[in-house]
Amino acid sequence: MAAGSASASSCGGTGCGSHCSSSSSAAAEDATAERLGRLSVSRECGKCGGGVGLCGECFRAHLFGKFKLAVTSNAMVRPTDSVLLAFSGGPASRVALQFIHEMRSKAIESWDASNSQALPVFGVGVAFVDESVLCSKPKQEIDMAIEDIKSIVSSLSVGIKAMHITPLEDVFSMASKDGEGRLREVVDMIDDDTGREDFLRCLRMLSLQKIALENGYAKIMLGSCASAIACHVLSATVKGQGYSLPADVQYVDTRWEIPVVVPLRDCLARELSLLCELDSLKTQQHLDRPSNGINSLVASFVERLWEENPSREHTIVRTAQKLKPFSFNKFSADGYHDFLPSRLRPKFQNVDNDESTFSGILCLICGSPFNESELRNLESTKHKAQKKTDLYTAHCCQSCRFQILPSGGNLYEHFFSLLPQFWTGRVDIVSASHSLPRDQIAEYLLEDNDDS
Amino acid sequence: MDSSAVDGARQPPARAGSRLCTRCGERKAALKRPKTLEQICRECFYVVFEDEIHRTIVDNNLFKSGDRVAIGASGGKDSTVLAYVLSELNRRHKYGLDLFLLSVDEGITGYRDDSLETVKRNEIQYGLPLKIVSYKDLYGWTMDDIVKAIGLKNNCTFCGVFRRQALDRGAALLKVDKIVTGHNADDIAETVLLNILRGDIARLSRCTFITTGEDGPIPRCKPFKYTYEKEIVIYPYYAITHYSYILMSLCSTHQVYSYGIYSPNAYRGFAREFIKDLERMRPRAILDIIKSGENFRISTTTRMPEQGICERCGYISSQKLCKACVLLDGLNRGLPKLGIGRSKGMAGGDSDSEQQDKRSERNRSSLQGKHGNIDF
Repeated sequence: MAAGSASASSCGGTGCGSHCSSSSSAAAEDATAERLGRLSVSRECGKCGGGVGLCGECFRAHLFGKFKLAVTSNAMVRPTDSVLLAFSGGPASRVALQFIHEMRSKAIESWDASNSQALPVFGVGVAFVDESVLCSKPKQEIDMAIEDIKSIVSSLSVGIKAMHITPLEDVFSMASKDGEGRLREVVDMIDDDTGREDFLRCLRMLSLQKIALENGYAKIMLGSCASAIACHVLSATVKGQGYSLPADVQYVDTRWEIPVVVPLRDCLARELSLLCELDSLKTQQHLDRPSNGINSLVASFVERLWEENPSREHTIVRTAQKLKPFSFNKFSADGYHDFLPSRLRPKFQNVDNDESTFSGILCLICGSPFNESELRNLESTKHKAQKKTDLYTAHCCQSCRFQILPSGGNLYEHFFSLLPQFWTGRVDIVSASHSLPRDQIAEYLLEDNDDS
Repeated sequence: MDSSAVDGARQPPARAGSRLCTRCGERKAALKRPKTLEQICRECFYVVFEDEIHRTIVDNNLFKSGDRVAIGASGGKDSTVLAYVLSELNRRHKYGLDLFLLSVDEGITGYRDDSLETVKRNEIQYGLPLKIVSYKDLYGWTMDDIVKAIGLKNNCTFCGVFRRQALDRGAALLKVDKIVTGHNADDIAETVLLNILRGDIARLSRCTFITTGEDGPIPRCKPFKYTYEKEIVIYPYYAITHYSYILMSLCSTHQVYSYGIYSPNAYRGFAREFIKDLERMRPRAILDIIKSGENFRISTTTRMPEQGICERCGYISSQKLCKACVLLDGLNRGLPKLGIGRSKGMAGGDSDSEQQDKRSERNRSSLQGKHGNIDF
């Protein structure tokens, strides 16, 4: 729908040529833009003028409205929070940065104007996870790109609390000094292209969690937009993650230590890119790695679907929203909603109890909730597991086991030893209650397969 | 592509010269199994292919001893292989089934005559009684007549709706307990994707069921639910030396009518292509899609269409009249577009807008009852 309104004209983006716009030169431009698969804004706005489509101003307000509605109607940000925005340099997170900054500026204005100044104003920090270790680009280029990122953030006049640029390999640093080597080694052990990509995504989330924990942020805000989520819906289906899929498509996700919020869930990537272009918001995408494997195949499929029907991405996201979310897909802590106006509070306080089915077990690597067969497998492993590696393996979802764990079972031990302590540590805590027979007597055993 | 396909299936690189079957380790490997990329010999291929279908049948309790079962036979590869494999398994594992072949003659010149010949051959070869029901007998229209009346667009709707009902009617005539169809894993994966693409949560929840319509008179099941299309193609190809009587006549016309160039939903073609690409990259993706479809958390409160009975013909229907009766009514009254898709307000504006009015009226009146949607 939004694509329709933003795309050139009343023709719904299907390219009916020069008949659909009032001025022929504009139409020609629009047609070119459409051929390039881009959206454009109309000169005579259907909302504030007498034309069709939306003008730049109204388009901007339309997107900001969606963002704001998502933030307020899901109580994403409380006045006392400080929010960590995950900034990749791409258009989606660039727009998220712009919008959250704007919301904060407005909140400060009204705080200044209010008599009581009772409620504080939320804070905003920005995080950039630097993956240049795995990037084959020359160092100079990487440094320039990171400078760009810094300059984008510092260009926002006021209000950004801090900018955290953290290398991805830092997630390993708790246990060992040589994070870089470990990162390279563990990534090299993954054979599957898609698995490698997904693994890095999980590490990135871990890295964000770490930054947020260490710097006292209460929320992590991602720039995931409808198009990205539509791709995720299809790729998760293709990877057999149908059960855990609804966890990833909601506005709020509290399964992590620091809850994650997704306020741009209703905006299309094309709309966000267009806004960046209109408002000359600087983006930086030189560090993006080329993607191959299933994720890029899905992306090109979605692209093709868009050409056939511009609202297809929204439909896909809506389908996934009809699936039942998990109990962690909303804020449920006691008193969380106290700051809300009393008329809004009841909306959040209706707790439906049919979500009690969630077992609390999440995949060690990707954090997907376990389905029944995975739970059964985990239970049976707990009873008969001899080694810790068996337990770790049972704590991975079927999809990760296939695409991320190395192919030979004898490599598992080494692989798990390389993973960030943060992941494996959780299993250690769980298993500490009933320690494994073999681990108890391990020091007395003479290993015969240690150095394979 | 190839290298990633190998990655995807977790195969150790094949060493030239040592191509022994990975399953029996004795005979020379003759093919790479599409489902797993294992290199296996011909004999092992039959064994795993048939065993998997046997397991599917047993694990899902598809049949009871003494059941009368109709095999929906189009004459295409899937149903031909299904008829053969099912009669073999029935004999070998003593399911105790009475099998029948059930064919629908849509009346498409040059296509159905050919494929019905195949089915008739199957009747003789497998010794299974054959029943053919024709559109002409059931509805008074052949597909050729219908295409003449409405053109090349939208005829898939008629063919699909009529065929579904024709199968049920034929099955009722044969007094069978179950119908089995040759839908394979690729078909089901495609349906899962399409239902996601069009937001149809009700169908998404049931499209991966191996048996459907259990509340209706004649349930249908899909023994090939986990069987890859490519293996179905390979099976008779390799079987020719052993079972030279499996004859195939694959018909391109069928593709035109069911998915083909006249189909209004171009994205069905995209989805099919997408699945083929996926399979090349990671063969198990097809099974993973089915698994996702089975595991989707679909709320029990999701509203499913209510099932009633067609007032005119007594067939199951969610509306007052079943889709076949609505379509047939349109045909007989010279308004063939009646009941097809959503109107775009383009050509034939009158009948289209009339239809839309009727549709909205029907939605409104479903609770009040007494407003017919078909009587003008």
